Amino acid sequence: MSTHEEHHSPSHFFILGVLLFLTVVTVGVAYVDMGNFNIIVAMFVASIKALLVAVFFMHLKFEDGITRFFASVPILLLAIMIGGVFIDNPLRVDPRAPEQITQEKMKYKKEVEELKAREHGEAHH
Amino acid sequence: MTAHSTHEVSPGDPPYVHHMDSKTAYEAAKFGMWLFLATELLLFGVMFCSFAVYRAMYLDIFHVASQHLSKPIGAFNTAVLLFSSYMAAAAVDDAKKGNNQGVTKKLWGTILCGLVFLLVKSYEYYDKWQHELFPLHPNFSKNFAHYKSFFGLYFCMSGIHALHVIIGMFVLWFYGVRKSSKGRFSSRYFTPVELGALYWHLVDLIWIYLFPLLYLVG
Repeated sequence: MSTHEEHHSPSHFFILGVLLFLTVVTVGVAYVDMGNFNIIVAMFVASIKALLVAVFFMHLKFEDGITRFFASVPILLLAIMIGGVFIDNPLRVDPRAPEQITQEKMKYKKEVEELKAREHGEAHH
Repeated sequence: MTAHSTHEVSPGDPPYVHHMDSKTAYEAAKFGMWLFLATELLLFGVMFCSFAVYRAMYLDIFHVASQHLSKPIGAFNTAVLLFSSYMAAAAVDDAKKGNNQGVTKKLWGTILCGLVFLLVKSYEYYDKWQHELFPLHPNFSKNFAHYKSFFGLYFCMSGIHALHVIIGMFVLWFYGVRKSSKGRFSSRYFTPVELGALYWHLVDLIWIYLFPLLYLVG
């Protein structure tokens, strides 16, 4: 086992500090409305945190090549699955008549507006 | 001395495995654990995928619905899990040094953090039930029919995650604390602590993604 190598890696306590700091950062950023950019920042920070946990807490840094390879295979599989779903979804043809689609979209929009108004009203109580 | 007489193991020695030496047994066990963790990631991956699809379909509803989850409570639970993961990692370090007392203390700490996490989670679930925001509540579809996809996914994902926390606590107690309190671990044998900790870190890792998705960006 490679105990002498582990002296050169940052201590677990330091990693915990970085993880907690990144948590504060994500929560802080969530209160700033940046539209679609919010989820990109949140997932980016989460991925840094996940990488820190995997590399240092789970000692992936000190594992052999085959373990590292098998640890990263599910990431590739997930990328294929999620990527495939997001290629498939927009290419689907809606079997409903165009007027019906427009109508239902209007109805949905109205319902969402009502919902937002209701939530907003409740927040002031 | 014949091979059969080595069945007796002294404390700190790896258990006798008749078809391989202890280093091979350690490497094989750890590799098997990583394979299992890969399947766990895929289990949650399917749920993350459906979350992504429904979020893309009902973006504004997800935004409004996620406002019902408390960011400070979610952040507190994230910190609790991160700290528990740190203690699990520290327990592995202690086990490698043969410090069994340290392992016992740190694993109990990890289990306690898991318990705090579950208590906070139960409070959140209870609060959602009180506000009729649980999809199986009799008044849910009357008042919150639009929230069905968000809260369905929220309870499904956080519920299966909570189940993993419960299993992780049991694993750390059964394979960790029970053995470390008998002084079973040493620099030659610490496989159960390391594998239990790996499982616990995975539970933490999944929450690292669940928290921002459910509580922060909706």
